[in-house]
Amino acid sequence: MREKILYLLALAAFVILARDIYVIARFPPEMNQGNAFKIIFFHVPSWVAAGTAVATALISSVLFLITKSFKFDATAVAATEVGVAFLTVGLVTGSLWARPIWGIWWTWDERLTTTLVLWLLYGGYLMFRHAIEEPTQRATFSAVLSIFAFIGVPIDYFSIRWWRTQHPSPVFFSSTGSFPHDWGMVMGWNIMAFLMLTVVFVAIRLEQEQAQREIDSLRRMAHAL
Amino acid sequence: MQPTTIAEAPSAVRAAPVRSSVVHQVLVIIAKDLRAELRTKEAVNAALAFALTILVLFSFAFDPVEEETKMYAGGLLWIVYAFAGTLVLNRSFARELPNDCLDALIAAPISGAVLFLGKALANYLLVMAVELVSLPIFGIFYYVHWYDHFWQMMLVLALGTWGITVIGTMFSALTINIRLREVMLPLLTYPMLVPALMASMQLTVDLVNGRVIGSDPAWIRVLVSFDIIYTAAALFLVEIVLVG
Repeated sequence: MREKILYLLALAAFVILARDIYVIARFPPEMNQGNAFKIIFFHVPSWVAAGTAVATALISSVLFLITKSFKFDATAVAATEVGVAFLTVGLVTGSLWARPIWGIWWTWDERLTTTLVLWLLYGGYLMFRHAIEEPTQRATFSAVLSIFAFIGVPIDYFSIRWWRTQHPSPVFFSSTGSFPHDWGMVMGWNIMAFLMLTVVFVAIRLEQEQAQREIDSLRRMAHAL
Repeated sequence: MQPTTIAEAPSAVRAAPVRSSVVHQVLVIIAKDLRAELRTKEAVNAALAFALTILVLFSFAFDPVEEETKMYAGGLLWIVYAFAGTLVLNRSFARELPNDCLDALIAAPISGAVLFLGKALANYLLVMAVELVSLPIFGIFYYVHWYDHFWQMMLVLALGTWGITVIGTMFSALTINIRLREVMLPLLTYPMLVPALMASMQLTVDLVNGRVIGSDPAWIRVLVSFDIIYTAAALFLVEIVLVG
């Protein structure tokens, strides 16, 4: 049953994405940016997906520390992996957009820098997990590390408002810049599709993680015998 | 013979538990760590030698003339401090591993937060000592007038170093039992330190160029908030890390 729901969710996400790509391809070029602006329809959703995944990792980590249930530890690592994947998509799409518009692949402005730092932190989290053998200690230490890493997220997000940066100011929820209504609709659909994919990916990784845990415990039992 | 009850036991055996305040407990840990370090001086000496080595290497990276170094002073100085500081911090909890000293410390009637605070403060003093020795040398090598706003410079040094120390000590505890500890600690510490290092670098460059701290309060705010937020998080979470 659970698998069928996941398949359905994945299918729906791909249908929405296919339809959106068709619609986006037919949008007229933007006045200043030409066709390059269209990447925003994938750039923003990947940030929303990454943010959601990372927030899920934080909540799971906190819940693990409270309940000591390994279910939450598995959720934390699954969500972090998916988060790192979407962070990568966000960084790459941003870079692809920056090349024709700013003329450079990368700029060391605060938001890009802190995003890269977050990517390094969560990448470090995944490496850190591999370096600890004992499962309880691994789960506990990783949860603490995840909380420390997440504290960086608000600093990341608010940096664009604290410091003057080169990054285009947010066109949503702000007075500068405008986004036509039908574009907003497509963006909304894309965000939803990305979030659905996030759920599917996390669920698949979660199952793998639980299978891995069972294998580990069987192996330990075999050793004990 | 009548069996001896606890009430009748010799007074030495039922000595009243030593009640001590949190401040006293922290001071005991600080004194213990400083004594252990100052007997061998291995971490401090290594950190100082390392700091000097990097300072020499930087002279090859760019032309060390006064106009150039005015722009880069903050970055150079804090990279040196972050690298050298890690050498001290790396040893902080690892030093307790031989003879199971860490287990004894955890079993001691003090909270994890007290142990952490004591260790962090001892590290702070050691890292500060290394920094205060290398600062004048840096000034001489790179013609930097760091003493123009002496007390403001000390404030930046104190706040920036606390940021390095609190993160470094926490991660020293986190990485104590893992493979590749020497690699993992810097890998996790430096990205975490970025806001603190950025702020410290910027403030140092400002001071070297004659701009006082108050002229742009954003960076000092970042530095202070970083210190407060991560100190609170570390004190709150360290018990879980040490005791589980």
